[in-house]
Amino acid sequence: MLHLALFLIFGVIAVVGAINLIAQTHPINSALSLVVVMGSLAAEYLLLGAEFLGAIQVIVYAGAIMVLFVFTIMLLNAGAEEQTRGSKVAIIIGIPGMVIGSVAVAWALIRAHTGAEVPVGSLYGSAQGIGHLLFRDFLLPFEITSVLILIAIMGAVVLARRES
Amino acid sequence: MPTGNLSVTTFVIASIIKIAIVLWVLLTAVAYTVWLERKVVGHIQNRWGPTRVGPFGLLQPLADGLKFIFKEDLTPPYVHKFLYILAPMLALSMSLIAICLIPFGNSVNIAGMNIPLQITDTNIALLIILGITSIAVYGVALAGWSSNSKYSLLGGLRASAQMISYEVALGLSLVGVLILCGTFSLHGIVEAQTGTWFGFIPKWNIFKGQFIAFFIYIMAAYAETNRIPFDLPEAETELVAGYHTEYSSMKFAMFFMAEYSNMVTVACLASILFLGGWTGPVFGPPILHALLPIFWFALRVLFFIFVYIWVRGTLPRFRYDQLMSFAWKFLLPLAIANVMITALVVALRS
Amino acid sequence: MVPISYYLVLSAILFACGVLGFLIKRNVITIFMSIELMLNAVNLSFVAFASYWQALSGQVFVFFVMVVAAAEAAVGLAIIIAVFRTRQTLNPDRVNLLKL
Repeated sequence: MLHLALFLIFGVIAVVGAINLIAQTHPINSALSLVVVMGSLAAEYLLLGAEFLGAIQVIVYAGAIMVLFVFTIMLLNAGAEEQTRGSKVAIIIGIPGMVIGSVAVAWALIRAHTGAEVPVGSLYGSAQGIGHLLFRDFLLPFEITSVLILIAIMGAVVLARRES
Repeated sequence: MPTGNLSVTTFVIASIIKIAIVLWVLLTAVAYTVWLERKVVGHIQNRWGPTRVGPFGLLQPLADGLKFIFKEDLTPPYVHKFLYILAPMLALSMSLIAICLIPFGNSVNIAGMNIPLQITDTNIALLIILGITSIAVYGVALAGWSSNSKYSLLGGLRASAQMISYEVALGLSLVGVLILCGTFSLHGIVEAQTGTWFGFIPKWNIFKGQFIAFFIYIMAAYAETNRIPFDLPEAETELVAGYHTEYSSMKFAMFFMAEYSNMVTVACLASILFLGGWTGPVFGPPILHALLPIFWFALRVLFFIFVYIWVRGTLPRFRYDQLMSFAWKFLLPLAIANVMITALVVALRS
Repeated sequence: MVPISYYLVLSAILFACGVLGFLIKRNVITIFMSIELMLNAVNLSFVAFASYWQALSGQVFVFFVMVVAAAEAAVGLAIIIAVFRTRQTLNPDRVNLLKL
């Protein structure tokens, strides 16, 4: 019961944050709503027993990636977004489409619901467990992502450098 | 989570009492850190520091607090109102939340109940503290942006860039300690440092070969808390007061308190991670058994805070490019080398 | 105890919000944030399925997604800064010419 209540609370916060992301016109407000979404998703991860992921979600997503976004918005001094004709068409078609789409998916999922439930914290995502998998079974993907990160760093440096 | 022999009601009551005590002690410590800073920096610069209010100026923090409360709370025009108010709250609440994971001593027995001397312990405590510090960056960045002033914006930009950069070095410097202790729980990390070699060298992490990590941690912590020599975000001589230029009265006081309580948290963390937390000689009657660990812990924290102030009275400020190259070209490689060497030694030993 | 379909519904709604933001926003940074929102929604279903099948690999996948998102954010924001420097705008509709 407590699990369901907490799930609903954080789920509602996440959805409201996501809708606020779209509704706000200024990018910095959107960025902060996204931080709220990420924080509540971290809480959902904790509810599922993925404690390491929950902490990493806050540190990496909310604490590093989103700070980078806020930093860029501050640096470019970006103002409120402007509407064009194309975006109005997108709004007219997009919002009903999104509502219909998500209701259809939700209906299908709840209909297909077979009574299978996610037990609270039965799968315990400790740092040890994730580390074992990461450095044994998934060693090659791990190394490849490290190369990806390296390339991304170099790419970012090259792109953002002022041409002299 | 109720643990051991505690019922839910006693657990809740004990927690509330602990929260009240810890908050009171923390806020008092914050106030008196300001006093100590003014006093010590005064003596370093051949001045007296505060002397007028109370003996040795001991009531100065009280006077300062009253002054902050009664000053006019000015909200400049053209600020982004919501974020302008949110920013100091975020900064202060995040720095106060971080303290709830710090253990001040081992558990004590009160009326047959085993009560741990920390508000809460989780097995990802260290990660939670890192997460809270990374959220605290928003307080500074938003303050700079929402003030709609060039000095604030520059201060906020500098602060966020600096805090992200040094967080990398800070996080990596902790990895060595985590490899040695094998746990994220702060209580567990202290437990892993009990005991001595040859009867007199304590088994602290700093003596287990983590002195480079300790050095990196201290450097990064100074930058994270925006203290001299890394106080670029609020450099008075160039940016007026950096990100809190436009703040007055209690809102400014909130940033001020956040900065000093971050200092206290960082000092607590340094003593737990590297200097063995509350470990130390314990003797005498049971009451001393309970109080001496807290005393040893407070002594270490006081030492770190004194070093903070000492550094402030001694060192000049870095230039911005020096600050960045120091983080990325010196601290980061050093931290990675430390992680690799520690991992290698631990792997070879096991 | 929460049925797994609830988690999937939440994930679907968040993903739909991400898609919608991607379609209707006219600011490159917000569009980019919508992509991050979609990635987050997918992560949630990964974690829910990991819990459902009792397999930690699902959580490891989330880890990889985060790494890729971090790399993407670094490069993407660098591109946005480069575009802003040459065109002085963040509206993708105004960035429709191949030459300046």
